[in-house]
Amino acid sequence: MSSNAQKSGFGATVWDYITSVDHKKIAILYLMSGGLFFLIGGIEAMMIRIQLMKAGNDFLSAGTYNEVMTMHGTTMIFLAAMPLLLGFMNAIMPLQIGARDVAFPFLNSLGFWLFFFGGIFLNLSWFLGGAPDAGWTNYASLALASESHGIDFYALGLTISGFGTLISGINFLVTIINMRAPGMTYMRMPLFTWTTFVASALILLAFPPLTIAIFFMVFDRLFGSHFFDVAAGGNTIIWEHLFWIFGHPEVYILILPAFGIFSEIFAIFSRKRLFGYTALVFATILIGFYGFMVWAHHMFTVGLGPTANAIFALATMIIAVPTGVKIFNWLLTIWGGSVSFATPMLYAVGFIPSFVAGGVTGVMQAMAPLDYQLHDSYFIVAHFHYVIVGGVVLAIFAATHLYWPKMFGTMLSEKLGKVTFWLFFIGFHLTFFIQHFLGLMGMPRRVYTFGADQGWDLFNAISSAGAVFMALGVIIMLVNVVLTTVKNERVGNDPWGDGRTLEWAIPSPPPFYNFAQTPLVRGLDTYWIEKMEGNKEGMIYAEPLGDIHMPNNSFLPVVMSFGLFVASFGALYHPDDLPWTIPVIVLGLLITFGSMLLRSLKDDLGFHIHKEDLIKDREGVKTDGH
Amino acid sequence: MAHDVHDYVRTKEEYEYVRRQRAQEMRHMLTSFAMMIFLTLIAFTAVAAGFSTYLIVPIILLLAAIQVVLQLYHFMHLSNKGSGTIAFFMFSGMFVAFIVILTFVTIIWW
Repeated sequence: MSSNAQKSGFGATVWDYITSVDHKKIAILYLMSGGLFFLIGGIEAMMIRIQLMKAGNDFLSAGTYNEVMTMHGTTMIFLAAMPLLLGFMNAIMPLQIGARDVAFPFLNSLGFWLFFFGGIFLNLSWFLGGAPDAGWTNYASLALASESHGIDFYALGLTISGFGTLISGINFLVTIINMRAPGMTYMRMPLFTWTTFVASALILLAFPPLTIAIFFMVFDRLFGSHFFDVAAGGNTIIWEHLFWIFGHPEVYILILPAFGIFSEIFAIFSRKRLFGYTALVFATILIGFYGFMVWAHHMFTVGLGPTANAIFALATMIIAVPTGVKIFNWLLTIWGGSVSFATPMLYAVGFIPSFVAGGVTGVMQAMAPLDYQLHDSYFIVAHFHYVIVGGVVLAIFAATHLYWPKMFGTMLSEKLGKVTFWLFFIGFHLTFFIQHFLGLMGMPRRVYTFGADQGWDLFNAISSAGAVFMALGVIIMLVNVVLTTVKNERVGNDPWGDGRTLEWAIPSPPPFYNFAQTPLVRGLDTYWIEKMEGNKEGMIYAEPLGDIHMPNNSFLPVVMSFGLFVASFGALYHPDDLPWTIPVIVLGLLITFGSMLLRSLKDDLGFHIHKEDLIKDREGVKTDGH
Repeated sequence: MAHDVHDYVRTKEEYEYVRRQRAQEMRHMLTSFAMMIFLTLIAFTAVAAGFSTYLIVPIILLLAAIQVVLQLYHFMHLSNKGSGTIAFFMFSGMFVAFIVILTFVTIIWW
């Protein structure tokens, strides 16, 4: 075990995690908070399905339904899917490129805490006068008309958490460009690292438009500007454009890491080199580029004119090409492989038909004339749940099983994992497949109820029944986590037995410095190459054993983020003519900028792990039964 | 990490090479400086000659784009080794911004 695994009290452990700048601990923080928000978003989803399970149900009022529906979408995208993926990127990407940490460990921690406080702020709206109720897309005319403070919680909360995501994205980019181990050229990077790279580039380019849009929204609602107010000379369509200029790349920010995770899984569990690695890499980059040229396909019915609609329709259809390339590469990776259907592989195999179904309905919607029929119907709901649940959520579950041993040093139960998979997979298709037909039958999305004479009763009941299966699947997964943690059977470096990339060459969980010596990379699938050549150590080294320079823990990221959290409350209540709002804004910003100043003025040089300690540590590992 | 720092003395050949490189770089800089002044002159002349705005605006925008590229490559050393990633990201960003501005200009404000 690593030297930081000494027994310590509960309080000390919590403090260690809160102040940690270690990418592996920050990954666990992302996983825990993202998981928490996933459960909250899931409960909101269940409330939606309970409300819609029969005609004229009165489980939720119309207003509450709008809030629940809005918060379900916002929470799942911004506070669950993205942080969970960022968690896996944090945990695995530095290990895959042979780095000791990300490029800016302090910023990594700051990114997490900004996301966390933003998410908490957004969810506090439930207790402080009502949640946002204009849909996760928050179209301006509707949002400006909303009377409660809900939209303000949305705008300010997403501003804070958006800063966090942007910081993380830049951090990953710098890490991948600068911190690859010797020999790890771009074309030797594992596919999960590649997709992290492209997704981070998308974050870098896509979040600024969102920040601008939300800033306009904050100023329109709280400080009396009129960017979106048509009556005062503003333009309400600009919100839609800015939101989707961000929003479309955002869905690729979600799906690309999912593609990366599945690429790793297909190679590991087919015991084969990834088919068409180069094609997969270029398809990833291409999807990233196309992602910025298609946003108006969310707005065909706005009235952009036939020319604009035609251009964006064609651009949208082109995306199906690189995505198709990927699908075929995965199929050919499985073909002829010695396939083992472990839980992650089940998810990966289940993902292909599910995602293809979502992709095909996507191309249908890319046809602008047909989209006039499908727009704002349940067909759209079915489509994006097929790509997001069938792609992203399946990937998150698969990665949870695949990387759990690497992150926590113990294997999740395969038996319960398979039960979770089947319940979730069947439930997912039961819930959403039938929604295509509800859409074609004319059921609009975002309605809080429907009439008994509309003929949608049976299909909605089936859809709600499917949701129960999904919920059961998630509960069994939680049980699995608890049982596994209690049992605590430790595993070795390569618990799946067929690991190919560098993260499987080091102990599970890795020591806090990751690699005692920086590895030398001799090709794609580094660890596999060394294994095949009979190298017992799993890697060859690029440097002699020496002192390692490490960063110190810091509490400042929490304080910085907390300052913005405080300032947001001041801004939120500003239009209510309360005397304390400006002082609170000032106080919050003082906390943030004060701690930034402190960080700038006070030198923090970190510490060194000495060579002798590394040797002791390594011998400890060897005698530990590995 | 704990790598030793080596003192490094240039050989005569290396010194000559660096000298030649620098002289060449200086020549490039002066050339592009002259070109930039020339481009600016064209821009001013186009306005002073009183052409139609529909002609002047695209010309000036085109000249501006050329100026930016000259500036980036000859004065901000984008052509140097190791700037490939930076250039890639910068041009990607410019491309995305260009598409956004183009769309806004053509379908929202036109």
